[in-house]
Amino acid sequence: MENPFSLEGKCILVTGASSGIGRGIAVACAKMGAKVLLSGRNEARLQETLSLMSGDGHTVLCGDLNSEETRKEVVEKIPDLNGVVYCAGISQIQMAKRMEQSSLEGIFQTNVFSPLMLNTLLLKKKKIKKDSSIIFISSISGVYRSQIGEGGYGATKAALTGYVKSLALELAAQGIRVNTIHPGVVETPLLEVSNGTFGEEELEALRQKYPLKRFGKPEDIAHCAVYLLSDASSWMTGSNLLIDGGFTLK
Amino acid sequence: MTLEEFVTAFADEFDETPAESFAPATVYKDLDEWGSLTALSIIALAMEGFGKKITGADLRSVDTIEDLYNLIQTK
Repeated sequence: MENPFSLEGKCILVTGASSGIGRGIAVACAKMGAKVLLSGRNEARLQETLSLMSGDGHTVLCGDLNSEETRKEVVEKIPDLNGVVYCAGISQIQMAKRMEQSSLEGIFQTNVFSPLMLNTLLLKKKKIKKDSSIIFISSISGVYRSQIGEGGYGATKAALTGYVKSLALELAAQGIRVNTIHPGVVETPLLEVSNGTFGEEELEALRQKYPLKRFGKPEDIAHCAVYLLSDASSWMTGSNLLIDGGFTLK
Repeated sequence: MTLEEFVTAFADEFDETPAESFAPATVYKDLDEWGSLTALSIIALAMEGFGKKITGADLRSVDTIEDLYNLIQTK
């Protein structure tokens, strides 16, 4: 039988493809037969992602999506898409008592405003084809749970969930599906932000709180993304897919 | 920031513990209110007051407020 999870013949844009979850998704999409457009800020690290990918016809799009000008330039270079995965994101630990508008604006810019405005541009330019799949990488933080100092980060991740529900309705007529993935802690360079504050000992204690006794791997999240990008999930839209090794169970 | 100012700022991060309970020789981990919330506040204080980055491991590695003050200076 034909593999319903195949991405053969699909063209997928992945933002934040230079490391972590974005890199894992780009590699998995290529493995499943897609042509991938890799967006990120660091050319060398994007090339490194590219070197890990199978197949050919992939494209590197280097630039900071926080800049409106760059978003326009990037969209000009993009062919018709069958899928978009918005992975680019930053983390921040800041307690409510000490919150500063500038850093709050910074994290909202990267995690919310930039992906939303890039999406607007892609829609305006009709780059997202009928029956495509759009994914926003959210988090367990925000909608499902939180921890101290995570108010700003959680707010950005919860914002994506609200946006996606409306977008899913707006695009349903074209058969375009929109979903979020909510990963628990994944072993990525982003974790070092927390690591710098909490140290390895705290991280190990946190790891042990996961019923499956480990943090996620980028591949775990990538396989979720492959499912949502593929025709296997044709009837799924507006969903929040939780993948957290059982962390939110207790 | 002098040691004295640091002790005052340190005390200010606590909501329940009276300011008189804080001195350079105070073993902060013995305070009832010491925990992840106050620890994170002290990490932020080190950044704001000294521009120095300390970690949870640093906070565990010393005992008194003065020890911590000295540790921050070495960062």
